[in-house]
Amino acid sequence: MSRDLSGAREVLDGDDVARALTRIAHEVVERNKGAADLVLLGIPKRGVPLAYRLADRISAVEGTEVPVGALDVTMYRDDLRLRPARALERTDIPPGGVDDRIVVLVDDVLFSGRTIRAALTALEDIGRPRAVRLVVLVDRGHRQLPIRADHVGKNIPTSLAESVKVRLTETDGHDDVVLGRSADEQAATEQAGAEPAGTAQGEVQR
Amino acid sequence: MIRHLLSAGDLSLEDATLVLDTADEMARLTEGRAVKKLPTLRGRTVVNLFFEDSTRTRTSFELAAKRLSADVVNFSAKGSSLSKGESLKDTALTLEAMGADGVVVRHSASGAPYRLATSGWINACVVNAGDGTHEHPTQALLDAFTMRRHLGELAGRRIVIVGDVLHSRVARSNVLLLATLGAKVTLVAPPTLLPNGIEHWPCDTSLHLDDALGGADAVMMLRVQSERMNDAFFPSAREYSRRYGLDSRRQALMPPDALVLHPGPMNRGMEITAEVADSARSVIVEQVTNGVYVRMAVLYLMLAGTNPNTEEAA
Repeated sequence: MSRDLSGAREVLDGDDVARALTRIAHEVVERNKGAADLVLLGIPKRGVPLAYRLADRISAVEGTEVPVGALDVTMYRDDLRLRPARALERTDIPPGGVDDRIVVLVDDVLFSGRTIRAALTALEDIGRPRAVRLVVLVDRGHRQLPIRADHVGKNIPTSLAESVKVRLTETDGHDDVVLGRSADEQAATEQAGAEPAGTAQGEVQR
Repeated sequence: MIRHLLSAGDLSLEDATLVLDTADEMARLTEGRAVKKLPTLRGRTVVNLFFEDSTRTRTSFELAAKRLSADVVNFSAKGSSLSKGESLKDTALTLEAMGADGVVVRHSASGAPYRLATSGWINACVVNAGDGTHEHPTQALLDAFTMRRHLGELAGRRIVIVGDVLHSRVARSNVLLLATLGAKVTLVAPPTLLPNGIEHWPCDTSLHLDDALGGADAVMMLRVQSERMNDAFFPSAREYSRRYGLDSRRQALMPPDALVLHPGPMNRGMEITAEVADSARSVIVEQVTNGVYVRMAVLYLMLAGTNPNTEEAA
């Protein structure tokens, strides 16, 4: 396990990410009995490159092109009023639309479930899929809504004080998943000032 | 993002780009969609406070707010307490008492939106929808948005704005915003229709339209605002349109892919001929469509997040 100075711990490396995606691609095809009617929609930011990678793998297995796009959920979030207005990410629905298709939502981390709740509402305004499924690279637990993923790259038990960061070549230069302290915790520690890096790392490890 | 949109000059390059990018997304989210409505501003109230007549701007703001699911209340000068001599302050206090989150204001007096935003009468966000001969920032944003869709980034582009600059809030807002975006603006007008202090504006001026058209990427024609003209600013309408009107001959002097814009309403035959207004390079109708997207972006960015004023009050 490699670590950097902030006490972060790598839980998936680039090869692990690639293997997880290959497995999920096969699972999606198996469950769907082929690639017919599939539409992959990534949730920005990092769900989008993941959706494109999955589409490539499914195409390679099934020999047909799978429509792939992006679904930004910012305007459908339930916490809009709690923070200053955020910039929108790109929404890009494939030309065939989603009506009567099997929509596979793709996101990097499943946490409270609120992003997926927002995505389901957003889908309602675009059309009526026959079914909606959910793929996530990491499920870190702590759900606040009755939502679960159909296909998971890796279940990572976490504490609420930890943060899970997925990094992808397309957005961050390389692939990995890192477990660290949440930004709030880090700020609190830095404010307290005294805690040496070694102690912090030890805590994360525990 | 700034709290009130009073002047196009208040927008930094970062803010302006954020509004234009957000408007791009708004266009993608509503064009060709089953449900052209977003739930984002559900439960927020937007008041359109129009002390001056305007169909297109008010309708555009109303549509934008409704597409974002806000509740919209229209106050117009005719048929309301505004025509009974109520002061701006009392109107503002009334709106505050009704719980307005955003106030879109048009007023014949320059500075009225500023007064409304800064006097402490209301907590709502204020959007200037045109004040006197001062500013009309959302018009400048929609013009920039329209030009950006056709020309790409505006930095280094050459924009020519022609006509009644003196009475035009559109011209002032456009000059400020386009300067922020890095475009080169040339104002063309008869000397009587250029305001005092124009030499301090971030643009060039010229008296000769033909000379300015050669390298233009876009030409924006301004409406001759006869209703604001108490003096004779030019000898005759015919002479004005000969010297400063855009006709087919002048359009031929422009590069073949240069755009023609007009904020509307047009005086066909005065500042622009019907052939030019209806030509393939005219984006005048598109400006109206884009106005809704830009206003959606502005309302989203100003109203969707936390309202710092309300929090301070709480």
